[in-house]
Amino acid sequence: MGKMLEIAELQMKANDLRVDVINMLEAAGSGHTAGSLDLAEIVTALYFNIMKIDPKNPDWAGRDIFLLSNGHTVPIQYAAMAEAGYFEKEELKTLRKLGSRLQGHPERVKLPGLENTSGPLGSGLSQAAGYAYSLQYLDNIKHRFVYVIMGDGELDEGNNWEAAMFAGKCKLSQLIGFIDRNNIQIDGSTENVMPLEDLRGKWESFGWHVIEIDGHNIKSIIDAVNMAKAITNRPCVIISYTIAGKGVDFMEYDYNWHGKAPNAEQASKALHELGVHGEDDSSEVNNYE
Amino acid sequence: MSEYQLNPDLFNDNVVMEPIRAGFGKGLKAVGETNEKVVALCADLTDSTQVSLFREAFPNRFIETGIAEQNLVTLASGLAMAGKIPFAVAYAAFSPGRNWEQIKTTIALNDQPVKIIASHAGISVGPDGATHQMLEDIALMRVIPNMVVIAPGDSIEAEKATRAIAENGKPSYMRLAREKTPIISTHDSPFEIGKAYIMRDGTDVSLIGTGAMTYQLLVAANILAEKGINAEVVHIPTIKPLDRETILDSARRTGRVVTAEEGQVAAGFGGAVAELLCEKMPTPLIRVGMQDRFGESGEPMQLFDHFKMTGEHIARTVEEFVRNTPQYHRQ
Repeated sequence: MGKMLEIAELQMKANDLRVDVINMLEAAGSGHTAGSLDLAEIVTALYFNIMKIDPKNPDWAGRDIFLLSNGHTVPIQYAAMAEAGYFEKEELKTLRKLGSRLQGHPERVKLPGLENTSGPLGSGLSQAAGYAYSLQYLDNIKHRFVYVIMGDGELDEGNNWEAAMFAGKCKLSQLIGFIDRNNIQIDGSTENVMPLEDLRGKWESFGWHVIEIDGHNIKSIIDAVNMAKAITNRPCVIISYTIAGKGVDFMEYDYNWHGKAPNAEQASKALHELGVHGEDDSSEVNNYE
Repeated sequence: MSEYQLNPDLFNDNVVMEPIRAGFGKGLKAVGETNEKVVALCADLTDSTQVSLFREAFPNRFIETGIAEQNLVTLASGLAMAGKIPFAVAYAAFSPGRNWEQIKTTIALNDQPVKIIASHAGISVGPDGATHQMLEDIALMRVIPNMVVIAPGDSIEAEKATRAIAENGKPSYMRLAREKTPIISTHDSPFEIGKAYIMRDGTDVSLIGTGAMTYQLLVAANILAEKGINAEVVHIPTIKPLDRETILDSARRTGRVVTAEEGQVAAGFGGAVAELLCEKMPTPLIRVGMQDRFGESGEPMQLFDHFKMTGEHIARTVEEFVRNTPQYHRQ
């Protein structure tokens, strides 16, 4: 079971996971930095407060389900999983390397604790809806919830809206979605590439309950999930306003960091901003203790 | 010697004809009765794909997705994640025609035991024309790792195949056809995933078919016999994994191979056999099927005639092949 940590502790943990993300991506030499950083609070809240999970028994039948639809942000999930005890932190350094269980995009069959395989965008919500449908209608299990994180850019994909329509029709009340509303995608800002607004109105018109929060406020995240759980006649989506690259000043708001990993110098600077200090940063960089 | 028990009435005028999809409908209802994990999803084609039998028997285990094939297979992936055995059913033109990436990523790479059932495959869809005549599905599906690919030869075999894939624990694809075709097998005939069946022994040429095209090969073999050509007929209901031994043994005996499928020969079933023969035992080969072109509107039998895929056309093609091509024997 995840420990119930105080909000302040959770905030510190989110920062620790950001440090892991920078270290992992710098070691990998490629990967997606912005989204991995901006999801730190949501992933922390899920793994260390909200979800019922057992890292030592990843297939525990009573667990909640977490799906990362925007699989490119998986470094933050790997960091949280290692911190939670699914595997040793040392393994984080293998991200994107040949033979690693930590693939560039998550693969269920490679790593226990991952519930699905994702990367190609727009399919996570459907998979989550399938699981939630099974809980609600086929197995009549009411105490388990299915959480799915979607990027905002991936909402361009039609598959999402097929799933949104289905979940609305079926009133999948154990399905709770997060939208990482960071306003960036590879070609620029979401509202320039393909406008998503009125995002609340879109989801409401598909039969969803919508909650809007500051995606970096841990208390807001936990409160929103509690509210979502209390809505028993509709699926809920939590539009989480985030800052791409959150926590590292020179990465924040910059879509150029969507698909780029920091080099050694950038990583050192980023770690400094995240509170990792020392003459020789590399010793701390690799310190996963 | 072939011990395969063909339908004794196969070449009689009163041979029973049934759409292959009907066998799937019966088989799905049957597995629904014995396995509660089996659920079915359909994209607004419930009657014509014969899922309606399952829906009527188990309304609580049937999911209507509307006209949304991407959601069809990704929902199925989620249901499989939750321990179910989902049958995701639509027309081949749309699934896997429209949702190939979702099938690859969320079912095959994700290794979930979703069953993708594709009705109305091939040119026998007829008057609806090229948009609805799925000819590329065998190629699309057999190239995906982890995926089992099945094209039953008749309704009875489709029923058996449905039961088999419900229990195989793997991502599986089964292609079905709309039109009535002759029942070539019997209820006692064997069916096992991955097995090919020699339906008629021969020494001059191996006619290797999948799906309902095996019937056309059996017709062709009868015509060829009258001309003194002794054709072996091999039925391949499982395109992947391919029964390599049976194909190679047959090719070794006859020294000439003809494949037949209701789809593009390029990268399709004929492609699979060509790959095998080229690597293991190069043998003269002709591939009957669609030759890198689209179908068109017409009655199914008109189209079979037009594209030279009837038993009569195949017999002519094979006769010319046999007369002009020395048997290629390697020992």
